[in-house]
Amino acid sequence: MGAIKENSDDEMDEKVKKYLRGEAANLEGLKDKKLKGQLAVREDLYGKSAKTAAKIEKWLLPSEGGYLEAEGIEKTWRIKQESIAREVDILSSRNQYDIVLPELGPYTLDFTSNGRYMAAAGRKGHLAIVDMKTLNLIKEIQVRETVRDVAYLHNELFFAAAQKKYPYIYNRDGTELHCLKEHGAVLRLQFLKNHFLLASINKFGQLRYQDVTMGEMIGNFRTGLGRTDVMQVNPYNGVVALGHSSGTVTMWKPTSAVPLVKMLSHPGPISSLAFHPNGHVMATSGRENKIKIWDLRKFEVIQTLPCHAKTLNFSQKGLLAAGTGSFIQILADFSGSQNYSSYMTHSMAKGYQVGKVVFRPYEDVLGIGHSMGWSSILIPGSGEPNFDSWVANPFETSKQRREKEVHSLLDKLPPETIMLDPTKVGTVRAPPKKEKPTKKEIEAEMEAAIETAKDTDFKKKTKGRNKPSKRATKRREMINRAKRPFLEQRTQEHETSRKKHKLNPETEMPKSLQRFVRQKAT
Amino acid sequence: MKVKVISRSTDEFTRERSQDLQRVFRNFDPSLRSQEKAVEYVRALNAAKLDKIFARPFIGAMDGHRDSIKCMAKNPNYLKAIFSGSDDGDIRLWDMASRRTVCQFPGHQGAVQGLTVSTDGSILVSCGSDCTVRLWNVSDANLADSDNLSDNSAKPQAVYVWKNAFRAVDHQWDGDLFATAGAQVDIWNHNRSQPVNTFDWGSDTTISIRFNPGEPNILATSANDRSITLYDLRMSSPARKVIMRTKTNSIAWNPMEPMNFTAANEDCNCYSYDARKLEEAKCVHKDHVSAVMDIDFSPTGREFVTGSYDRTVRIFQYNGGHSREIYHTKRMQRVFCVKYSCDASYVISGSDDTNLRLWKAKASEQLGVVLPRERKKHEYLEAVKNRYKHLPEVKRIVRHRHLPKPVYKAANLRRTMIEAERRKEQRRKAHSAPGSIVTEPVRKRRIIKEVE
Repeated sequence: MGAIKENSDDEMDEKVKKYLRGEAANLEGLKDKKLKGQLAVREDLYGKSAKTAAKIEKWLLPSEGGYLEAEGIEKTWRIKQESIAREVDILSSRNQYDIVLPELGPYTLDFTSNGRYMAAAGRKGHLAIVDMKTLNLIKEIQVRETVRDVAYLHNELFFAAAQKKYPYIYNRDGTELHCLKEHGAVLRLQFLKNHFLLASINKFGQLRYQDVTMGEMIGNFRTGLGRTDVMQVNPYNGVVALGHSSGTVTMWKPTSAVPLVKMLSHPGPISSLAFHPNGHVMATSGRENKIKIWDLRKFEVIQTLPCHAKTLNFSQKGLLAAGTGSFIQILADFSGSQNYSSYMTHSMAKGYQVGKVVFRPYEDVLGIGHSMGWSSILIPGSGEPNFDSWVANPFETSKQRREKEVHSLLDKLPPETIMLDPTKVGTVRAPPKKEKPTKKEIEAEMEAAIETAKDTDFKKKTKGRNKPSKRATKRREMINRAKRPFLEQRTQEHETSRKKHKLNPETEMPKSLQRFVRQKAT
Repeated sequence: MKVKVISRSTDEFTRERSQDLQRVFRNFDPSLRSQEKAVEYVRALNAAKLDKIFARPFIGAMDGHRDSIKCMAKNPNYLKAIFSGSDDGDIRLWDMASRRTVCQFPGHQGAVQGLTVSTDGSILVSCGSDCTVRLWNVSDANLADSDNLSDNSAKPQAVYVWKNAFRAVDHQWDGDLFATAGAQVDIWNHNRSQPVNTFDWGSDTTISIRFNPGEPNILATSANDRSITLYDLRMSSPARKVIMRTKTNSIAWNPMEPMNFTAANEDCNCYSYDARKLEEAKCVHKDHVSAVMDIDFSPTGREFVTGSYDRTVRIFQYNGGHSREIYHTKRMQRVFCVKYSCDASYVISGSDDTNLRLWKAKASEQLGVVLPRERKKHEYLEAVKNRYKHLPEVKRIVRHRHLPKPVYKAANLRRTMIEAERRKEQRRKAHSAPGSIVTEPVRKRRIIKEVE
C-alpha cells in the first residue's frame, strides 16, 4: 500500500513539475521586503494552480490514450495492420485504407491542426481536400501543372499549393485566391500558426516569410547554401529549420538575414528533418542511412539509429515515423529518456515509394503519401487523446471556427517573438558590461562635441560690443571648453600609465641594477 | 496482443439539440500550447490599449449650488444619495443616478463647514460658520416621500447655537455622539443642546475631525498648528499628538485596517500613519502639485481618493507611493471635498465651481450588469496586463495620462527642485566626514516631534 502510494506521489510530482513550467524564482537576494512578500504570495499561487492542474489531468480528462502491448514472445514490431484492424472497433478500422491513384504522381499530405481535414496534392496537379471524420471528398481540382507541396493556413478554409512557377492560395471551394509571385518556384511551404506567417524555400535557396493576414513580405533571405527541399518548422518556438546538401542544418527567424544556428549534422546531404512537439528534440536523417536524435538545448546528439529514412515525422506523443522505399518504421521511447527503439513497422506493396509521412493530430493514425496515392494506417498510442476546445477542436462547428479565427487573429504574434528560447519574453535582460570606449570612439566623441560647440549661436550684442574679433575669441573659447574634458582625460591616462610604469620597475630592471630601485616606504 | 486505439464517438463530443450548450473540453497540458509567454504579452498589450480606448471616467456633473461646495456627506444606508453643503449655507441632497437635487435643507446663515450623517441614516448633522449646529431628519421614509417633489425644503429637527464658528463635524460609528471641530473639540449628544464634553490641547483651531470606524471612542483631529491629535473619549483626555512641518487639511481612517489613517497635507503629499506608532509615517503618497484638500477611503480599504487645490482628483492605492489615476476637467476648479461611494464604484468630487462631479473609480469599467463571462474576461485581461506592465511597450501605454499643462509644468518644476536638493545633500555628504550627516527617510522627515 505504501509502495503504491509512493508511486502515485512520484507521478503527481512529475505532473506538477510539468505544470509549473520551470523553476521558482530565487527570492533570497531581494532586499525590498514589500516586493519579496508579493512575489512569495505569487509563487505560492503558482504552486497551487500547478497542483490543481495535475489533479485535473489525473481525474477529469475524458479519454485515455491508445496502446499496443505484445503478449508472450510476440514483438510489437511484428504485428501487422490487419491483426490490429481485427481487434479494434469498426470506426477505427475505417481509418486504415489505401487510396490508389497511380497516374497523378507522388502525393504529399497536410492535415489541419485539429486533424479533421486533409489536403492531398499529387505531383501532376491533383489537389484534393478530404474531411477525415466522414471520409468525404470535399473538393478536388486539377491545376494542370506540377504541384510540389501543399500546406494548410490557419484553418480548413485556406490552403497554399506550391505549383510550378509560384505558390497559389486556394479556398475550400477550389477558387484561386492569391498568386504569390514574389516567392518564385517554391519547393516547400510551411505555415507558422501563431504568427500567421507562410514560410517558403524556393529553387534558388531563398527563404521567404509572408504575413498572410496583411500580405506583407516580412523576410526574404538568400540562404547561400544552395537548393534544398528539406524544411520544417519547430512548433515550440517558431524557427524554421532547413537541411542542406552539405549536411548542415540551419535555423532561421524572420528578422535576421543570418541563420540563428548552423550545425553540421551529417557527412552527406540531409534527407529529412523532424521536430518533437516539445521543441527540445530534433531528428535528422542523412543519406548514410543514419537517423540522429538531437537535444536542441545543448545541440548534442542523444542517439544515433541505423535506419533508412527519406521522411521523418514526430507524433503528438513523441513517436517517430521514418519512411523509406515502401517500408515505414515507427520508433518510440518507452522509458521517457529519449532512447528510441523500434515500436511498429509497416510494409506497403512493393513499388510504392513513400513520399511523406504525417501523423494525424489527436488520432492514432499515420497518413502516408506515396507514389501511387496515399494510405492511412493505425499506430496505437501516437495521438493525444484529450483535446482542448480552445486550442484545436476536431468537432468544430462553423460558428466555433469563426470565433476561433477572430481570437487567433487578435492573439497574432509579431515576427520579433520568434527566438530560440521562447521563455525569454518578459524576462530581464542582463545589462551589457560597459566596455571602455576605444580610441576611435573617444576621438569621435571629441569631434562631435567640437561640432556642437561650433554650431552654438551667440547673443547679438549692440552698442559697439559686437566686434568680430571678440566674436572669434568667444568661439575659440567655446571650442576649447568643449575639448577640455577629453584632453584632461588623456593627460590623466598618461599620468596613470607613467605612474604604473614607475611603480613596478622591478619587472624591467636587470638584476644587477636591482639594488638601485627605490623602495616603497613600508 | 492488447491493443486500443483512440476512438471518439461523435455523440459524446457534440450537442444533441440546438438548444443545448456546446460542450467544451479542456486540457491544460503546456505541450499543447506553444509560445505561451509571447501570446500573453500580446494580450497584455492589447488589453492596455483597449483599456485606454474605453477609459471614460466622467459620468456627469450635478449642478445647482450657487457657491463653492465645501463639504459632503454619505448616507451609509442609502447608496444613491449624497449630501453637499456650500458656502452660502445651502445644503442639498442629491440622487446620483439622475443627478438631480432631491431635497434642500435651507437654514444656515453663513457657510456650511461640515456635514455628517449618523450611522443609522436617520440624522444629518451640519455645522457652519454661523456658530450653529443643525440636526435634520433624513430617515428613509422622509426621503421616499420627497422623491415625488423636487426642491422640497425640510425643516431642521434641532438647532444648537454655541460660542464660536465650527470648522468640521463627524459622527461616531455605532453611537449617538458627534464631535465638532472649531476653536476646541466638542462632543455632543443628539438630544442635548450643549456639548457633553470639550477637549482642548494647544491654542490653535482644529480644522478637521474623524472618528475611528473600528474603535468608536477614538477620534483623530488636525489643527492649524500643523499637528494631528488623537483623542480617546473614554479617558476624557487627548491621547497623542504628532506635529508635522505643514498643516494637515483632512484625515481619513482606513475602514478595513482601523489602526491606520491617512492625512492629506498642505505640502502636496498624503501621509499614512499607524495610530499606534506615530513617530514614522507608514507610507508617503506623492503626486499632487498643490495642497491636498480632502481625502476619503474606499470601503474596500485598498484605495483612497484625494482632491487637491491643483484642480485634480487622484486615486491612490493604500500602500502605493504614486497615484494610480488622475481625473481633471477644464471646468473643474479647486477641489475641496471628495467622497468614495459606498459600493466602491464611484468617486464624487465637490469643487470651487459650484458643481459636484461624479466619476467612475475604475475609468474603463463597464457599468451596469456584467455577465459572468464578461466579468471573467475583464479579470483575465486585468491580470495579464498586470503581469507584463513592467515591459516598456506596455508600461508606456498603461502609464500614459494626459495632464493639464499647468499641472504638468508644476510637476516638472517640483521634480527639478527635489532633484536639486537631493544632489546638494549627496554632495554635502560626500564631502564631509562619513556619518556626520544623516539623511532621514522621507517617512520621518516631515515629522517634527511626537508628544504624549
